[in-house]
Amino acid sequence: MGANAENIRGKAAIVGAADIVSPTGQLDKSCRELEMQAIREALDDAGLSLSDVDGLLVAGGSQMAALETAAYLGIEPTYIDSSMTGGSSYEIHVEHAMNAVAHGHCEVAVSVYAATPRSAGGRFGRGGGGDPFRPNPVREFEMPYGVALPIGSYALAASRHMAEIGTTSEQLAQIAVSTRAWAGKNPRARHRDPITVDDVISSQMMCSPLHKLDCCLVVDGAGAIVVTTAERAKDLKKPPVYCLGAGTGATHMNITGMPDLTVTPGVLSGPAAFERAGIKPSDVDLLMSYDSFTITVLLSLEDLGFCKKGEGGAFVEDGKLGPGGALPTNTNGGGLSYCHPGMYGMFLLVEATKQIRGDAEDRQVDGVDIAVAHGSGGVLSAMSTVVLGSEATL
Amino acid sequence: MSEIYEPPADTPETQPYWDGTREKKLMLQVCSSTGKYQYPPRAASIHDLGGPVEWREAKGTGTVYAASVHHVPGNKFMRDKVPYVVALIDLEEGMRVMSNVVNCPPDDVRVGMKVKVTWKDLPDGRALPMFEPA
Repeated sequence: MGANAENIRGKAAIVGAADIVSPTGQLDKSCRELEMQAIREALDDAGLSLSDVDGLLVAGGSQMAALETAAYLGIEPTYIDSSMTGGSSYEIHVEHAMNAVAHGHCEVAVSVYAATPRSAGGRFGRGGGGDPFRPNPVREFEMPYGVALPIGSYALAASRHMAEIGTTSEQLAQIAVSTRAWAGKNPRARHRDPITVDDVISSQMMCSPLHKLDCCLVVDGAGAIVVTTAERAKDLKKPPVYCLGAGTGATHMNITGMPDLTVTPGVLSGPAAFERAGIKPSDVDLLMSYDSFTITVLLSLEDLGFCKKGEGGAFVEDGKLGPGGALPTNTNGGGLSYCHPGMYGMFLLVEATKQIRGDAEDRQVDGVDIAVAHGSGGVLSAMSTVVLGSEATL
Repeated sequence: MSEIYEPPADTPETQPYWDGTREKKLMLQVCSSTGKYQYPPRAASIHDLGGPVEWREAKGTGTVYAASVHHVPGNKFMRDKVPYVVALIDLEEGMRVMSNVVNCPPDDVRVGMKVKVTWKDLPDGRALPMFEPA
């Protein structure tokens, strides 16, 4: 935090949250229709309506994403934000929205996401996009070598972690096993059958050292959250989930440019968010940490300070991320087993909100007062950490 | 459709790099005022922001920083090439580049392995720098 930064801890809250997923992985609606449905459900959850919305945040789809969506919805927002960092966009949206409402630039901000990669029969981003009038280092200096995107980039990070630190495939596999155990408690999860470390390691080798079960799903999904001032939040339908602090960091675009493949921008975003929120890792009751691949979680645990650098493998191998464990993580079943339409950060926030409210049904963790949503975008490129809290944390 | 992915070279800032490959020279960009390398090539220096850059031939030797054996192809041009090794190579000059490690069994490639440049010709006369055990 800049020395003179004003602390807005607890001045904004998530008051509405909804996600739309299906155990089949498929949603038979267009993205625009899903966006409308997600916003409607999140506003209903808050007891608000579209006419209350004066802030809109949308990532991707087009360069003027939020403007297009505002026009589609027929609203005239006074705060508009198309920030796009891939999967961490929605944590960044909360960081921006909490500042916007705390400073009076708008009062009710909505962030929305919908994608249907499974119904489209295709896959999401393959890294070759971008402005044709600017150089594209991925197309020019990575794609000629056939790197699979995004998995190949994460595989390189896992390769380095294993070689430099001694992390094993079994340790990475345990992350998928713990996450699947949570998915077993979520009737909306795509995959619910328990798996073992052996199952992960004997699943198809995709890009060494990552196996098929080290990888997230590619399924349809949508979600929306509503952020407003703490003042307004008090009179709404559900208990406010306060925004205690947020932080962001970006260190590279493509994997060749990542300064150290064992250190993510979580070392920038995490400590900043925790300092603003006035917490330390041991205060966290629930961690929602982006799991595009098992290695993503392992790196984040180290970089957010839940364990020391190099100790992530030992930290996870006793199953402490799973049900009954010391650090409940990705309780919805994660991008690995619940839902991953491409930019999964939205779902981290929805689940954190439900858990703090005590609305997480069979997978509810007892006494969640502080939850962290940690988004990762690009290829470990841009990360954003959001600390959320119950009224007891104010 | 060509059988090999032909990297675009449609911006002036990377042209000297690709021109170098025609003579099997691995060219790196250097800041004229600080002497520091930068990769990938850019329109101007980032070390002396906006300042001039020049080009210097790399020795072509380096060390494997990270490596992944791809059992699934990264694009349609690689379908008949699996398994192959995608690696990040730390060049002796200090820059890190992505490449393939070839001329050895994929599973023999190790982090820390010393490698040297070898070339794969492209149809248009350019060539792709790849690496093999030194």
